Amino acid sequence: MKKSIFSGKRNRTFLLMTIPIVALFFCFNTLPLIKGFIYSFTNFRGYGDYDWVGLRNYMDLFTDGRVGKSYLFTFKLAVVATILTNVVSLLLAMGLNSKIKFKSALRGAYFIPNVLGALVVGYIFNYFFTYILPAFGQMIGSGALGSSMLSNTKLAWVAIVIVCAWQSIAMNTIIYISGLQTVPEDVYEAGSIDGASGWNKFKELTFPLILPFFSINMVLCGKNFLMVFDQIMALTKGGPAQSTESISYLIYNNGMSGGQFGFQSANAVIFFIVIVVISVAQMTVTGKKEEQL
Amino acid sequence: MKKVGKEQVNWPLTIVLILGLITVAFPLYMTIVIAFKQPSEMTNSVAGILSLPRSFSLANFKEAMEVTDFWRSLGNSILITVITVVLSVLIHSMLGYAIGRNSADSKFYKFIYLYIVSGMFVPFAILMMPLVKQTAEMGLGNMAGVIILYIVFYMPMNVLLYSGYLKNIPIALEEAACIDGATTWTTYWKIIFPIMKPMHATVAVLTALGTWNDVMTPLVIMSGTGKNTLPLAQLNFQTQFGTNYNLAFASYLLALIPILIFYIICQKQILNGVVNGAVK
Repeated sequence: MKKSIFSGKRNRTFLLMTIPIVALFFCFNTLPLIKGFIYSFTNFRGYGDYDWVGLRNYMDLFTDGRVGKSYLFTFKLAVVATILTNVVSLLLAMGLNSKIKFKSALRGAYFIPNVLGALVVGYIFNYFFTYILPAFGQMIGSGALGSSMLSNTKLAWVAIVIVCAWQSIAMNTIIYISGLQTVPEDVYEAGSIDGASGWNKFKELTFPLILPFFSINMVLCGKNFLMVFDQIMALTKGGPAQSTESISYLIYNNGMSGGQFGFQSANAVIFFIVIVVISVAQMTVTGKKEEQL
Repeated sequence: MKKVGKEQVNWPLTIVLILGLITVAFPLYMTIVIAFKQPSEMTNSVAGILSLPRSFSLANFKEAMEVTDFWRSLGNSILITVITVVLSVLIHSMLGYAIGRNSADSKFYKFIYLYIVSGMFVPFAILMMPLVKQTAEMGLGNMAGVIILYIVFYMPMNVLLYSGYLKNIPIALEEAACIDGATTWTTYWKIIFPIMKPMHATVAVLTALGTWNDVMTPLVIMSGTGKNTLPLAQLNFQTQFGTNYNLAFASYLLALIPILIFYIICQKQILNGVVNGAVK
């Protein structure tokens, strides 16, 4: 019925709008993806000749200590930073959504870290961890804080978690606030008649209602933290002793200038598969939970 | 139960939240005081680093501007961001329109939609190395290449936003225009494009924040040109700052100021845009 009004010309216009743009997308997204996949079966160094090596890169990946370490580090960072970010953001959002003074000014101020560039923020924190925190540690006589966290193989990752969380909390808080605003006031009134209060009120009423916003935040955090790059570049450059090499950083560093173009392509293919699997899993899990409600 | 009427302001919580702002303000305070100080004012104690500078001289900023070629880097950043945002709004809304109006009863457009949106899962890390080669071969190892890549990278998210938004716009308007003899092309520019204004704002904010702060794409694509964006300049001139942290911090502050000013002016639009983009 609807279609009859429009002529075939309309369809042609739509095709003319679509095809050039999709071609551009293919050329700069799908094509390099395919090329990366092909390079992963070669011993290409980024220049010169190369041979096919079959699946050798992939076999080597699983026995390469440095690659394994980077996966462990990246996942540790992603999990800890995601939990930290979400807990703090949710608390902050509930605070900023209650009956407080200067509400919009406070909300605006808490969002500032998110608009700042991660690299420059990283440099600023680099100085903080290298000079200010140790100076403060010496002042209060704490041995653990007395030296730089960034040069300590056991603590450098904590510093990176803090910097990642500092910026992400701003973003997640705003999303949680918009979630809390969708919870109608009468739900709480009904809840308090049934005797719900404090933690119970949160667990039984608030949290289920903002679950969609929780899943948005989980996906956002998970993806951003797994691809962490700028913060590593600014804070540690992968050190000390390669203890903070994220997957993206390793691919960049060894693939671009370390002569491991082919090998790191294989790493990137695996990384791509990991991202897809995690994203799909996250969506199915949260999708199921939302259905149950 | 709470009483009907105006509820009381929760002052203790307000105070806690204001105190919590220290976590946001402290790094910025630190940046400002260090940027204004002279190296001789810096001592190794906390007080020495964090005390107010003796005078608010702009000498550090002047030097930092020279060292990092500030104005040219700023110009490049603005150029890249503005062109990317304008082209993204034009191109992505067009594709979003074609998909949004056809995917319900066309398998072809449904496929195109899934194809483009699945691009969200592709990490830059896998595209990076082939793209460096490809852009170099095509003569696009420069700012134009970076802009094209941004348009491609932001396409999945923006097309998703636009085609979703179109579902709420009734098709009757287009039918009326069609009866009046307007072509699809004019209908789009005269009717649909203006109606999508709220979504343009969201797309513009998200794309602008992403491109302005991005380091990785210009780092790998433009490295041969000797040109910098604002964040890239911080990375490339890191060694020239040496141990003169006052100079470095003046430069960091300069790099942060444009986006801070932009945020203060457009705070409402930015917050709305970010929430809209994430929630949809």
